[in-house]
Amino acid sequence: MPINVRIPSPLMKLTNNQGEVSAEGKNIGEVLSDLERQYPGIRERLYDENGSLRRFINIYKNEEDIRFLDGESTPTKDGDEISIIPAIAGGSIKNVRF
Amino acid sequence: MGFVKGLQCKECKRSYAKKPIHVCEFCFGPLEIVYDYEGIKEAISRDSIEAGPKSIWRYRELLPIDGEPTVGKHVGFTPLLRGENLGKVLGLTNLYIKNDSVNHPTLSFKDRVVSVAVTKAKEFGYDTVACASTGNLANSVAAHAAEAGLKSYIFIPSDLESGKVLGTLIYGTTLVGVRGNYDDVNRLCSEIAANYKWAFVNITIRPYYGDGSKTFGYEIAEQLGWRAPDHIIVPVAGSSLITKVWMALKEFEQLGLIDTVKTKIYAAQATGCSPVTTAIKNGAEFIKPVKPHTIAKSIAIGNPADGYYGIKTVVESGGYGEDVSDEEIVEGMKLLARTEGIFTETAGGVTVSVTKKLIEQGRIKRDDLTVISITGNGLKTQEAVENSIGELTVIDPRIGSFQKTFNIEEEK
Repeated sequence: MPINVRIPSPLMKLTNNQGEVSAEGKNIGEVLSDLERQYPGIRERLYDENGSLRRFINIYKNEEDIRFLDGESTPTKDGDEISIIPAIAGGSIKNVRF
Repeated sequence: MGFVKGLQCKECKRSYAKKPIHVCEFCFGPLEIVYDYEGIKEAISRDSIEAGPKSIWRYRELLPIDGEPTVGKHVGFTPLLRGENLGKVLGLTNLYIKNDSVNHPTLSFKDRVVSVAVTKAKEFGYDTVACASTGNLANSVAAHAAEAGLKSYIFIPSDLESGKVLGTLIYGTTLVGVRGNYDDVNRLCSEIAANYKWAFVNITIRPYYGDGSKTFGYEIAEQLGWRAPDHIIVPVAGSSLITKVWMALKEFEQLGLIDTVKTKIYAAQATGCSPVTTAIKNGAEFIKPVKPHTIAKSIAIGNPADGYYGIKTVVESGGYGEDVSDEEIVEGMKLLARTEGIFTETAGGVTVSVTKKLIEQGRIKRDDLTVISITGNGLKTQEAVENSIGELTVIDPRIGSFQKTFNIEEEK
């Protein structure tokens, strides 16, 4: 069940310079774990030492911030698009390019 | 000589050298200035500050520049006045107004941050400064760039008040109106900043710029006779000022310049753009970005850069957040003008009316030492009040015409 994940340019070093990758999982947390399995090192960029998602990393499911869905428990399904966006970019993801 | 040790990520605490950078490359958190407080404590005292210039530069040791200030030497040290008349109307006996509507040179608190930022931009060797702005910052960057002899590019929403457009163009800058709201402008500027070697004051060199706001808090404490008030009400846009006012008081406490700070800090927003006060009321840690719709354009930021820290400041200090309608904003502007003779812009109307609300809610008590922050000038936002303040009465140049029109009997 592949889910499309968009990677911001500062993290593309970890994904062999791919701006979009596929991952699997029934929710956001699982998708991010699958990312770490495929691209070791990405997890510590997304999570702090306490295992919480970093405050200035925004994760969107189909353009909705997961903080206003169910966070990491937000369910994911085939065809969903997940975007990882550093907060410095600001605002809705539609206009953000890296 | 300066007391800046370097930069540090506010989130993961990674250290960085003193450079024109603003984001942690590891966790994307914002960077902040690290000062040598021990050195500062030895270098300054109440007396040394009082002997300094009547400007923000009396706190120079606490500002992030290495050399002497080169731009904006007369910024700050604005009046802190006793608001007896406004206090009577609001039911407060101990009310003060910090009046940055008369800040030099562009009549808003933004001159504080810009004089520091442009001085720093010159230290870094930039030849061009830039900013994303809701208007006041635009005025100030254009003015200080002119004084510094630097080129400037200024980006604003294309629908800003005409006073703010004119008050920018006069300085001979390149003013760009972007079709969109401030958040669109800011996003565009983040992209532009990544592609040009310009000092975007509120992006590229934001850590330095932001600390200029601390002087607003320093001045309040000093002008109150070296003490922190019970309450400060601050208008909130990007949430930088509110966090820095709190930081200023905590620094003064740490340096032994004032006693233990018990000040409660309150965020004031327009209901039509209230992501910060909404989060505070809901007990949320995070901002839900909104699309602004309010006459208070100078504080219409739907996705505030420092929103998380703004909420944290309010919660940590034991304050609260409130917001008011456009009608209440106009009423607040009129009330301040008609009680104290101060013509503030829409953001000041927000602060006054939010203060009224906080008093009604019992959060601010009659004799509490309370400071309201007036950060901008009403001459820049005339559109907001032009239909609600009465109009000019025209008469013929004859005493009969005057008496007939006003029906006032002669005094003998």
